[in-house]
Parts: sequence; C-alpha cells; structure tokens
Amino acid sequence: MISSDRVAHVLADVQADVETVAGVQVVGRLVNACQQALPITGAGLSWLTDHGQRGLVAATDTTAQLVEELQFSLGEGPCIESSQSRRPVLLPDLTRLASQRWPAFTAGALGAGVAAIFAFPLQVGAISVGVMDMYRDVVGPLSVADLAEASAFASAGTIMLLHLQASTRYPDVHPFLATSLISRAEVHQATGMVAVQMDVDLGTALVLLRSRAYAADRDIVDIAHDVVNRRIRFEP
Amino acid sequence: MSRESQIGRLFVTLADTLVDDFDVVELLHTLAEACVELLDVDAVGLMLADLRGGIQLVAFSPESLQSLEMFELQVDEGPCLDSFRTGEAVVNMSITNALQRWPRFTAEAHAAGIVATHALPLRLRGEIIGAMNLMSASEQMLAEADIALGQALADVATIGLLQQRAIREQSLLAEQLQTALNSRVMIEQAKGVLAERTGTTPAEAFRDLRRYARSSGTTLASVAHAVIEGTLETASQSLGRAPFGRSATAGVDSRLGGFAQHPIH
Repeated sequence: MISSDRVAHVLADVQADVETVAGVQVVGRLVNACQQALPITGAGLSWLTDHGQRGLVAATDTTAQLVEELQFSLGEGPCIESSQSRRPVLLPDLTRLASQRWPAFTAGALGAGVAAIFAFPLQVGAISVGVMDMYRDVVGPLSVADLAEASAFASAGTIMLLHLQASTRYPDVHPFLATSLISRAEVHQATGMVAVQMDVDLGTALVLLRSRAYAADRDIVDIAHDVVNRRIRFEP
Repeated sequence: MSRESQIGRLFVTLADTLVDDFDVVELLHTLAEACVELLDVDAVGLMLADLRGGIQLVAFSPESLQSLEMFELQVDEGPCLDSFRTGEAVVNMSITNALQRWPRFTAEAHAAGIVATHALPLRLRGEIIGAMNLMSASEQMLAEADIALGQALADVATIGLLQQRAIREQSLLAEQLQTALNSRVMIEQAKGVLAERTGTTPAEAFRDLRRYARSSGTTLASVAHAVIEGTLETASQSLGRAPFGRSATAGVDSRLGGFAQHPIH
C-alpha cells in the first residue's frame, strides 16, 4: 500500500493552480509530472472498462499515445495484462520475452523506439478503472524507490479518474474521458455493422476488424472509417 | 479475563474492522460496551456525523440511559457536542462548570443519576467524524491513563469507519465510471448495428434511437442495449424506416414492426 501522504502530495502539486486555470487537463499534468519525477521517457493514462473497452485520457508525447493505440488496435499488450492480473507489468527490456507474449505489439513498440515499458493498473478494490503506461527509450529497470513513486502516481491517477466522475452528472461522461470515445466512435460503429454483416457477436466483430487492419497494415480507425462509409464490407 | 486481556481482545476486534467487511453499528456497540467495562464508567454514547453536517446518536450502552443522550442532541448542548465541534476532549469538568456550560443537559443528567460526563472526539488527521460520551453515576475523575485508553479505542474505531466510508464512496464512483463508459461505447455499437440492419448511416440510426428512446420514455443506453441484444424488434415501422432489403409490410407487427433478429451480445 503506497503511502497516502505521497499520493496526496502528487495530487496537490498537480492541481496547485487548477482553480485559476479553467478546464486545464489535470490528467495531462499528472502524466507530465510523472515523466519528470521518474527516469522514464514518457507516460500515458488510459481508462479501461470491465467490457474490455479503453480510451486514452492523456499522454506526454506521441510515442506514449502510440503505445495506447497499438494496444487498442491489436487487442494485446502489457497494460491489458496489467489490468487483468491487477498487478504492475514491468518490462525493463522489451526485446526479451515480450515478443513472445505480445509479438505484434512488441514489434510496433520497438519500431517506435520504445525499449522498456512499465504498466500500472488503476484499481479501486477489485474494479479496474484504467492503466498508466510508462515507457523509456533505453533498456533498464526501475529502482525500488522509483517503483514506489510510480505506484504513487498510479494511485493519484485512480483518484483523479474518480474525481472526474464525481464532478460529472452520472450517466454523463467527463469531457476528458469523452475525447477518446469520440475519436474512436467509428470503430465502435463499425463493430456493430460488422457484427450484423457477419452474423457474429460484437467481440468477434472487433477481432475481425483488428485482423483486417493488421493484414492491410492500416490503422483500425482507418478501416472502421471505410466500413462506416461502406467502402469496405465484410462478407461471411 | 484480566483487564489487560480484555483490552487486548478489544483492540483486535476493532482492528479487524480495518480488513473485513463489518457492521458499523455492531462495531460501535462493541466499543460502547467495552468502554463501560474498561473505563469504569456507567454509560457510553457514540455519535457520528451525518452527511448534512449534523450528528446522530448511533450507539449507547446501556440502553436505559439512551434518552439522555438523545436529550443532548435535542437541546443542542452537552459535552459530546462540544467535543464533536471542537475536536477536543472534554473531561473532568467540575459540576459548577458543567452547569454553567450545559445548563439543561446537566440538569437532565442529574435527574437521570449521572453526576460526571466526559467526551472524546472520533478524529483522524483533522477530520472529526463524531464523538464518544462517557458518563458516571459517581463523582469520578477520569485518570490520565483512562482518558488515553478511551481515546485510543476511539481512534481505532475511527480508522475503520473512515476507511469503510471511503471504500464505499470510491467503489460507487468506480462503478458509475465503468457503467457510463460502457454505455457510451454500447450506444456507438448500436448505431452501427441499426445502420446495417436498415441500410442507413450511423448518424441516421442515432436519430432513430433517440426518437425511440424519447417516445418510449426509456434511456438511450437501454434502447441501445436492447437493439444489440435483439430483444427490441425495431428498425422498421416504429422507427419510421423500411427495413433494408426486405418488404416493408412483410409479416410486420404494426406497432413494433421489424423482423426477427439474432441477438448480438
């Protein structure tokens, strides 16, 4: 259990002038603060649901963003495992073992210059609400002290997500969380369309979309766009 | 059982509340009864703050003196309320002082046979969640050791209470977050399902879904869920569209319209 004083400190630092800066993306500040506090190159925070859905909330750079997008497109990766096992997944050297567990993800991440990844689940009891992915462009583990700090940031991220929810009138979704829903809306729509076209369930439909994207070496968002605009049709 | 063993047992019981599911009322009764025994007082009352900033009596031992504590709340004066409001212990007041400070309460207390009252706050890192009232039928000063013990017992109970409350609040928020996000995704998926079934665009399907939700008085999320599940035989007449690739009138129920669907999970 991480010292709650440390978590409170992180939150206080990040939200110091939030009152005066309207609409500031506090989660963006959190990942930036995380990147500065730790020997990592970048970090991203994503929400996850028990239905296997996900979305990026904030990332320090485009590589961190890619780490999230790869996992969404491929449906595989360390943060997915992290959230399922409810434990951090620490990969100080992405070239070792990772390629066996998540071959497509590893290839994509290495290609983008990612050498090490550390994924921390954002948990509320047994409920997984998200994940924080931290990466570095050189191999090497995080020290014990760094791991404690990283966990404090993950706890702060969890609390932040809950704060966002608390400040929103249920069942609305907070704008910071909605951006990823909007940018991936066509993927979800395409999933529905493919499910009917192929007479399969939604989970299978998403797998079909992912496979098509992978085979064509295109982003799943692009494939989905074509499906929605009826340029691509799936036939049984 | 020796006094030391009793104290030890009680701390273990209270500490258990930090890990297990537990019953708040049960905890507080345990605390109240133990204080009567260990601190050699004749009655103990426990009050907890409610959500509106007020305070409620939650446990009392023995039951027979409960009305005195209720009286304190009713007249809004007394050692327990002072302790709650200041976060400080209120102990070993002389009768003169007590009469001066809480005239109505002290008078009632005397009438009930209570001569001395003390109160300790339920407090954790600046948050005061309630107070504990200790009452004696004899003119009795609480020794330092007893005050310390009473506060220690109250502190352990406080940790458990706050943790439980925080966990409950956090779990509720986490569930709301999950449900809200899942619903939004489901609505997008339903747009796709409906668009494909009726040969329209997701945007048009969305308009149909919203119209149907409004006219049937249900939420968009539940309509989306039903479309996906195939339990809502929509698409045609009820949504004002001809079904894609099929005759608009073939085997159609005029109210719901539509054709049998395979449920899509």
